[in-house]
This record gives sequence, structure tokens and C-alpha cells, in this order.
Amino acid sequence: MHSKFEIINFSFYYNEKRVLNSLNLNIRANEILSVLGPANSGITTLLRALNRLSDLDRGVRFEGDILLDGKSIFAPDVSATALRRRVGMVFEVPTPLPISIYENIAYGLKVNGKMSKNQISERVEYALRKAALWDEVKDRQHIPAMSLSGGQQQRMCIARVIALNPEVILIDRSCSGLDPISTAKFEESLVELKEQVTVVLAPHNVQQASRISDRIAFILMGDLVEEGPCEKILTTPDDKRTYDYVTGRFG
Amino acid sequence: MKKTFKDKLSERIFLALALSSISALALITVFIIIQGAPIIGSVGIFNFIFGMTWAPSQGEFGIFPMIVGTLAVTLGAMVLGVPIGICSAVFLAEFAPVPVRNMFRPAIQLLAGIPSVVYGFWGLIFIVPLIRDYLGGPGLSILAGSIVLAIMILPTVISITEVSIIALPRTYKEGALALGMSHWQAIYSVQLPAAKSGIVAAVILGTGRAIGETMAVIMVLGNAPALPRSILDPVRTLTTNIGIEMGYATGDHRQALFATGIVLFILIMTLNITAQYITRKKKQK
Repeated sequence: MHSKFEIINFSFYYNEKRVLNSLNLNIRANEILSVLGPANSGITTLLRALNRLSDLDRGVRFEGDILLDGKSIFAPDVSATALRRRVGMVFEVPTPLPISIYENIAYGLKVNGKMSKNQISERVEYALRKAALWDEVKDRQHIPAMSLSGGQQQRMCIARVIALNPEVILIDRSCSGLDPISTAKFEESLVELKEQVTVVLAPHNVQQASRISDRIAFILMGDLVEEGPCEKILTTPDDKRTYDYVTGRFG
Repeated sequence: MKKTFKDKLSERIFLALALSSISALALITVFIIIQGAPIIGSVGIFNFIFGMTWAPSQGEFGIFPMIVGTLAVTLGAMVLGVPIGICSAVFLAEFAPVPVRNMFRPAIQLLAGIPSVVYGFWGLIFIVPLIRDYLGGPGLSILAGSIVLAIMILPTVISITEVSIIALPRTYKEGALALGMSHWQAIYSVQLPAAKSGIVAAVILGTGRAIGETMAVIMVLGNAPALPRSILDPVRTLTTNIGIEMGYATGDHRQALFATGIVLFILIMTLNITAQYITRKKKQK
């Protein structure tokens, strides 16, 4: 199976404080990889680096490299904007834009390509269905996105990314605000989506990782402790720290 | 919980102080109405507002040319100042590197601190001759007034717009960028619309400042109380009418100046209320 992302000796600094320590990690195409670890382990930093949202932060620096399909995402001829179309991201906190639900999802489509109105509205419906939100909003797609509940807003943000048909979706603890039923629906759609996309997930807990991951990487204080198939990491990890974390002894 | 004496006392004091500012407003309103209303009555409201001739010595009090003058100069200032102001604010909030921003901001605040008579003087010796030499006319004109006012409203427009952009949640920008929008697209299609009510407020406050400005425009407008034919013609505004003549006016003339004040007052009130209405409506949406 070929590698979608290859993270090579990647270190990341915020104002000279090292938050990721020489990470080496391959993310395979069409898998769901959970990046597991306690808060402040650098997981968000890693995800933000994968689509270069980290460019926005001041006082940051990195070493090493990240390859997407074998090509460095930091190469001078790679535009961050084009990269972010290929590598979508769903944040921990919902990020609705102050426009209607429909517009939120159609927005990226309108900006990115030339699609007819019909194609766009089909695409919006498809995305809303995939994100398990369609039934709740199909009759009121034109109300402000801000008036949705937190969980609905989050699923809308997921739909927004799905609509763009990205190659990779980064999901940063995005289920924290979702109720169990939405979470289940959302996880289902991730498993379905994996036919087409690679998913890098910062799960909001170990259980979520165990339900849907193909592989798990465990990160602690900026170090990649170990990575491996879901089953193995959760039951017989090589490292004691991993074992303690997944069994709930700390974290 | 029982209120102590200190609590009660301080409550009263704050109430009294708050009331004093409101009563100042009420007193001013009442005063200019008492002073100005009789002349509007005797000249006739239509003749006063739409009258074309202002000749106090002959008992003719028509302020229509000055209303036009006020609106023209203000509109001109907006047309010149608002785009520059908003673009500067976007630059400061989004593009400027930190050192540049740190230099720009105090400079703009300084602009707000320059006395208006200095603006007027600068306009008179710099802008007015330029217009006279290159565009013709007397130089003292709507255009000169608009240019000077445009510069004067910049600090207001820039700082309020910048603050309203900076105050937006980070998530708007990041959400937009994560959707594959370019920085410019994020600004244009997400951040500016989201900051709209702040920007409207900036424009309104700028307009208010432009309408109310007296000293600077006295010096560069030429002050002819006649209907202008082009932006190169001199005009008189409502404020300059009062500012120039109040010193020596007596009797009906003096009352007519107060009546001018009433019209100015209503104009600004209308503007403010419209602005509040617009921003409130936007918020409800």
C-alpha cells in the first residue's frame, strides 16, 4: 500500500520551544490513522503542519520534511492554498462562517472550481448526507449556520470539507461536541469515506480510536512512542507508556 | 442583601453624573429649538429649507445651497476617504508585518490628534493652489473640502475597521483557509462580510465627523452661499454658515443661524438613527 504522507524527521518549534521531536511516520493511502495522545502532545501541531495551516502562526519553525504523494509539501512551488484543497481539515471547535448552511458548504466549491448551480446543490446534498446532517437540515439549508447546535455545526464543517472532495481529511478531536448518535453516524461515514480518502484523526478518546482506526500512532510530549495496527496498539503495545495510556492509567 | 450607605451614595453620584451628560444633550436641543424655531415659523419651513438665497440683511433666509454644500462635501469625503480607510485597515490587520504595523498605528493615531485648523491651513496653502493651478476654478471648492475631510476621517475609519477585523474569531480565517481559499479570498468573502457591522459603524462615524467639521472647511471651501455647479465651485456648509456669521449676527439673522443648527442636528440624528437601524438589522439576520 503506498504512502499518502511520509513524515520524515519532522520537528516543530513554537518560539524555539520544541513541540514535535523528529517524528517519522508514514500515513497510508485510504486508511484511517488515529493519532492518539494526551493534550499538549503536539497532535494538533502535527495536523496543522500537514496542510500548512501552521504557516499562519508567528514565530514557528520546522526541521525535516513532509511528503505528500512523494513530493514535499514545503517545496517552493507548492502553494499552501492548493495543498489545503487536497488536505482538508475539521477543527476541534466548529468553524461555521457567518452565512447560511448551504452557502457554507457551497462556498469552497464556488471558490475552487467552475460548477453549475445544479452540480453545486447536488454536491451540497451529497456532503450533508455523508456528514449525517441531511435529514436535520434538508428543509432549512438557508438558515444561518450560526443558529445550528454545536454538534450540528461540527457536522456541517465536516460536510464542508467532504464537499471539496479532498484526498486527505484531517480531523482534530472534532467529535468532542457531538452527541453519541451523531458521533456514531459520523464515524460510519468516515469508514465509508475511506474508499476515496485518507483520514488522519485525532480521536477524542481511546474508544473512538478503537472503533474506527486501521492504525494508531501514539504521541507523547512530542515524541512518537509507537505506531501499529489498531488491535496491536490497544492490546499488546510494545511500550509501557502506550499501554498505560490506552488502558486508562493516565491521560 | 442590604445596601450599605456607601453603596447607596455611590449609586446616586453615578446616576447624577450620568444624568448630567444626558441633560446637557437635552438642554442644547431645547436651546437651539427655542432660539431657531420662531424664524422657521415666520419665514416658512419650505422657504427656509428650499430657499435659494441667503441674504440676512435683506431678510432672506434660504439655506438650500448650504444643505447641498454639506451633502456634497461629505459625500466627496466619503468617496475619497472610505476606500482608502478600509484598504489601510485590511492592510494593517492582515498583511502588514509587525514592525510596519507598529509604525503605522501610532502614525494614524497622530493624524487624529492634529487640530482641525491645521488641516484647514494645510489645505489652504497646499491643496487649494494645486486645484486652482491644475483643475481651474478658484481652488477654494467642494473638492478641496472633500480632500481635507477625507484625510481627517481616515483615523476614525481605519481604527474602527481594523479593530472590527481583528476582533473576528480566528476560526473564520482558518476555516476559510482550510477550505482552500487564498488569503485574499478569505478576506474578501469571509472576513470583510463578517466585519460588516463594524465597518458600517466606521463609515457612519466618519460621516458624522465630516458633516460636523467646521474649522477646516471654513478655510478651504470658499464659503459662497450659492448653489454649486461643479465640484470645483466654492460652497458653504451648514456648519460654516454658523461658524462664520455667529460672531456678529443679531435678531432674525441670529435666529436663522440657530435654525441652521436645527437642520444640521436633524441631519446628523437621521444619519445616526439610520446607522443604528442598519447595524441592528444586520445583527438580527
